[in-house]
Amino acid sequence: MVNEVCLRTLDLERPWLLEQYESRGGYQMLKQVMSEKRSPDEIIEEVKKSGLRGRGGAGFPTGLKWSFISRNAPGQKYVVCNSDEGEPGTFKDRDILRYNPHQLIEGMILAGYAIGATRGYNYIRGEFWEPYERFENALKEAREAGYLGENLLGSGFDFELHAHLGAGAYICGEETALLESIEGKKGQPRYKPPFPAHFGLYGRPTIINNTESLASIPVILEKGGEWFANLGVKNSGGSKLFSISGNINNPGVFEIPMGTPFSTLLEMAGGMKDGRKIKAVIPGGSSAPVIPGDQMMDLTMDYDAIAGAGSMLGSGAVIVLDDTNCMVKVLDRMSYFYHEESCGQCTPCREGTGWLYRIVHRIETGQGRQEDLDLLDDIAGKISGKTICALGDAAAMPVQGMLRHYRDEFQYHIDHKRCMVGVG
Amino acid sequence: MTENTVTIEVNGQELQAKAGTMLIEVTDAAGIKIPRFCYHKKLSVAANCRMCLVEVEKAPKPLPACATPVTDGMKVYTRSPKALAAQKGTMEFLLINHPLDCPICDQGGECELQDVAMGYGQDVTRYGEGKRVVADKNLGPLIATDMTRCIHCTRCVRFGEEIAGLRELGATGRGEHTLIGTYVEKSVSSELSANVIDLCPVGALTSKPFRFSARAWELTQVDSVAPHDSLGSNLNLHLRGNTVMRVHPRDNESINETWISDRDRFSYQGLYSEERLTRPMIKRGGEWKTVGWEQALEAVAKQFKEIGDGEQIGALAAPTATLEELFLLQKLMRGMGCANIDTRTRQGDFRLDSTQQGAHWLGMNLSDIDQQQSVLVIGGNLRKEQPILAHRVRKAALGGASVYYLNPFEVPLNHEGSQSTCLPSDWVSRLAGVAKAAGVKASGAAAAWLKSAKPDEFAKQTAASLKQADKGMILLGGLAQSHPDYALLAVIGARLAEATGAVFSILPTAANSVGAQLVGAVPHLSCGGAPAEARGLDALSMLKQPRKAYLLMGVEPGVDFWNGALSTSALQSADVVVAMSAFRSAELEACADILLPMATFAETSGTFVNAEGCWQTTRGAVRPQGESRPAWKILRVLGNLLDQPGFDYTDSTQVLAEIRGLCESLKLDNRQDDPAGLDPQLISSSLQRGGDIPLYASDALVRRAPALQQTRDAGQEMIRLHPDEAHKLGLEEGGQVRVKQNGNQVDLPLELDAAIPQGCAWISTGLKRTALLGQPYGEVTLEKA
Amino acid sequence: MTVSVKDKVSFSPEVCAEIDRWIAKYPPEWKQSAVMGALMVVQDDNGGWLTTELMDQVAAYLEMPPIAVYEVATFYSMYELKPVGKHKICVCTNVSCMTNKADVIVDHLEKRLGIGFGEVTEDGRFSLKEVECLGACGGAPMMQIGKQYYENLTPEIVDAILDGLE
Repeated sequence: MVNEVCLRTLDLERPWLLEQYESRGGYQMLKQVMSEKRSPDEIIEEVKKSGLRGRGGAGFPTGLKWSFISRNAPGQKYVVCNSDEGEPGTFKDRDILRYNPHQLIEGMILAGYAIGATRGYNYIRGEFWEPYERFENALKEAREAGYLGENLLGSGFDFELHAHLGAGAYICGEETALLESIEGKKGQPRYKPPFPAHFGLYGRPTIINNTESLASIPVILEKGGEWFANLGVKNSGGSKLFSISGNINNPGVFEIPMGTPFSTLLEMAGGMKDGRKIKAVIPGGSSAPVIPGDQMMDLTMDYDAIAGAGSMLGSGAVIVLDDTNCMVKVLDRMSYFYHEESCGQCTPCREGTGWLYRIVHRIETGQGRQEDLDLLDDIAGKISGKTICALGDAAAMPVQGMLRHYRDEFQYHIDHKRCMVGVG
Repeated sequence: MTENTVTIEVNGQELQAKAGTMLIEVTDAAGIKIPRFCYHKKLSVAANCRMCLVEVEKAPKPLPACATPVTDGMKVYTRSPKALAAQKGTMEFLLINHPLDCPICDQGGECELQDVAMGYGQDVTRYGEGKRVVADKNLGPLIATDMTRCIHCTRCVRFGEEIAGLRELGATGRGEHTLIGTYVEKSVSSELSANVIDLCPVGALTSKPFRFSARAWELTQVDSVAPHDSLGSNLNLHLRGNTVMRVHPRDNESINETWISDRDRFSYQGLYSEERLTRPMIKRGGEWKTVGWEQALEAVAKQFKEIGDGEQIGALAAPTATLEELFLLQKLMRGMGCANIDTRTRQGDFRLDSTQQGAHWLGMNLSDIDQQQSVLVIGGNLRKEQPILAHRVRKAALGGASVYYLNPFEVPLNHEGSQSTCLPSDWVSRLAGVAKAAGVKASGAAAAWLKSAKPDEFAKQTAASLKQADKGMILLGGLAQSHPDYALLAVIGARLAEATGAVFSILPTAANSVGAQLVGAVPHLSCGGAPAEARGLDALSMLKQPRKAYLLMGVEPGVDFWNGALSTSALQSADVVVAMSAFRSAELEACADILLPMATFAETSGTFVNAEGCWQTTRGAVRPQGESRPAWKILRVLGNLLDQPGFDYTDSTQVLAEIRGLCESLKLDNRQDDPAGLDPQLISSSLQRGGDIPLYASDALVRRAPALQQTRDAGQEMIRLHPDEAHKLGLEEGGQVRVKQNGNQVDLPLELDAAIPQGCAWISTGLKRTALLGQPYGEVTLEKA
Repeated sequence: MTVSVKDKVSFSPEVCAEIDRWIAKYPPEWKQSAVMGALMVVQDDNGGWLTTELMDQVAAYLEMPPIAVYEVATFYSMYELKPVGKHKICVCTNVSCMTNKADVIVDHLEKRLGIGFGEVTEDGRFSLKEVECLGACGGAPMMQIGKQYYENLTPEIVDAILDGLE
């Protein structure tokens, strides 16, 4: 039950090549849709049926998102793929770009067909030079094979696709910041509404989906929405790529059904390194509130289970921490990240992320004050829900999560000006 | 579409609004206060400050009122615990990095951050970390920066992009390191730049000339009207005691909206020039002697009586004078049998005077400009002539209008537009090309031009666009009005307007250009705007046929004249020159015999009639300096001393009432019968001059405003040549070049500029040294100095 | 009469061609979309960093106001506004790398090169930069040199990598 969707070609030699992809049935779905002129509504319906939810982290139902576009409105529409993988702990889209770029291309063409868009962009983070080149080569192959361009496969449907390269900004993973970035501007999120489905790239109707979401489309259409949904559990259809890293023996990307027990995933990842005790897990990228290890061992990897534990599945980035980790130090590093990556546009995030970081850093370096803990909680609350985009929430949640579960470690730092981990 | 009006409830109060209107506009209109920093009614919505967060029923999070469109049935709470908590949270974030330097901040007392902090802030900070400090960059002589105070609302950045049309300020960097500024050390160049001072909600951008000179609460505010261009932008003069400390815009949606030009904002500095003339003076034996008013005015009366023949007097007034002053001047002169009175000292072709039907004007309301679909500007560098008017043309362009410029050089635009540039001597034929393309028949005074015209691509496009537009406008700008063949341009322009259905607009060049025509402060119209029975000499003829005596009102020899050299020689050769002036200068003192100190715009009551014909009366805000007097009072006494009837006014409102009576049948009319025999005056030559009036050389007050004079728009005393032309002439950039015109010569430095057509040497007029030459257009020769 | 945009800049024909390739990806009226690509092309061509003059030329090439280019160049972390080493070493110190001893890698690099983050070796060959998560947490600790990722680092592996660079 592993590697059935996005990584279905992973066992092949040089799986990124067109002929390899085609050998596993690649582009068959596109050919079929084009030759049968399948109804776009039917495609959207199938995606809805699959239960596929946005794999970038927000988990919004993909089919529903597509249905917001008025397909028959005149003028240009766009399909944009979000390959700006930057949520700390996440490294799955890099593998799709590197090992299965054609499936992403096929998914984007099908998405374009479904919403009536004839142009697409794949936004790849700037550091991903190697994946970018892979993707560019795949585009070249696809163009030469007639899968891209005007009147592709003689269907009368045109679709052109390009890769845009970022230049280092976590915030561009936010979909409207990403659009701004393609437009040649700073990646500053737009206030919504209007949503991209109405006012997107270059002011045109646009859908933006994560790499994994789009790469799942050809298989969903081939095997049916129901098949995909049944891979997973209720509210969490399909399988999903989990990036697991941290203090484990075999970190990597695993494509497994939604609802798989965390313990199974940990086992697949080789278990804890050096046989140490699991202390904590950040289950969905660094924005997701931390969950204590014991509790995590009883959870399954799906939206509802993780949400039930007060966190979120997010991008499926699982960071496993053993008992040598000081949670103050971990939060210090995470808060620094959000402070560094805040775009600076809106007040609570611009000012608040720096404030959070400075307090946590003081505590970590033995300068904490008793009132700091309540202050941290209060500041996090004042950022949360008040900002233009979700980065403010992303900065607040780890603080709230850490204080919820590890307040004693913070208290110890304040009282003793040092760390309790390793003190025994 | 469904019903467009929705009903919402704010704090329990029912409000009606157009669907989709942003909540903050609805609450503002209803007088419900929501705190805000980034929102500004004239700028796009940024929603970045998060100060206007309010509670909306059914919304899980507080929503920014500035970016939330109203929908039917929406229930809003602006001061609920949830709303207040969000607003107070934002306030705290804004203050943590804001310096506690209010006591030394110019914004103190009128600071939006301070005001809102009073209502939403705490008295003790919880922020115990180091505060952000930002190094400042110099933005030039007008705007002072203290960017440590910046709260990143981006109003100034949006202003540049959306209103000024120039992206000069930006937000560089990211996160809390975001900096508002120019990134590189650079003076901002927009002629509207200083509006960011008003927009800045904190003390990050403040007025440099005003810096550290007064506190807001020491100032009193008086309404006024800007005296520089034909808009009559509405002002608030801020006074401390008897001194104008600074100038702010006063909202008037139909004229200047909420903006003013930098010229209107900073010209007040000229009031305090060391060159202010504060006491009457008489020249005796080449020496200037200070005298009393009585003595001075009696001397004037005596001199004019001695001249006897009114025809031998010439009266030249600045079109920046008030309506009352201009009226009394012409009343006095005409009473003495003199119709030689004019305010058009920068015009060189008066052939239209013979057939003019009424006062020339904009031809439409200022706010109508925004709605135009097609605009042809003939001879106008609008941004650098009348900045707020240019802003309206830009609004039309942003609204989809096609804008065409026919100019002697490529003017700097801040919107999409097509430009056709040609030598000044080719201008008439180019315009005739447009007219021909629009189907104007070769007849009338310009028949020969129309017959020989060959419409180029620009001509065809322009003609087609004007014809197609429901709302089209043909505007003759300042550059055209100083052309030696202005009459030809106007006649062809008028014919083109008829053929295309466009409105024909003769852009009044100064604050009272329209007013001067209405009250007969021109030789060919009488008060009321009808053709005068006895026509006098126009401003140029008065100099070409020198008079024995001149009466000057607010004009300065050389710099205020079409032909600077001619003005100086004519004035110097006169028996007597009486100058009512607010300023003294070496040039004036060399020409004049009697100097009468005159009050300036802020020191006198008076009326201005703007380009659209709107009458605006102001009160004197401060007492005139020294012994200077409002010119209407000087003229009143002169009237009495010269035994003229009807000069017994005790108040300027009586003068105004008299004018109103005479102007009841007021006619603003750009219709024009062809004058007879319009032979071209500007003949092509191997090298011809072109000359504009730099923005800050426009009048005596502006020329003495130090901060404006430090900017590039003050004008440069230099020659600008196309690089290829310079190469052809063997001249090098930066080198001194001797320019000769009409037998006069000056040495000026050379600058290369590809915007100037080949065959043309661009030398601005209105500057001390360039005023030693002749008219703005005509043959010149250049050689290495 | 129209001056070609290529006459306004000092870019080599190769640089122009690369920028043109970026421009071609976007709608003709959205030349500005190519600014990120163009800045990277120009930066690579200039030894890894951008001068104000180069940014001004990019602005001229793409018909943008210079300030709009400065905004982009100062917003994204991969643009360098000061000289960097021939080999720009970017070390991730985010959580997954941190817990896999990125500090040991940083210490080792600092000692070997004699520089800290944000500094360039005297011979100009190396510079060190602390970066945020590069999306290769499975290979923590990791670093990027130039366009290449290096994962599962130990001090010994780092030495071997540096020894292999020109």
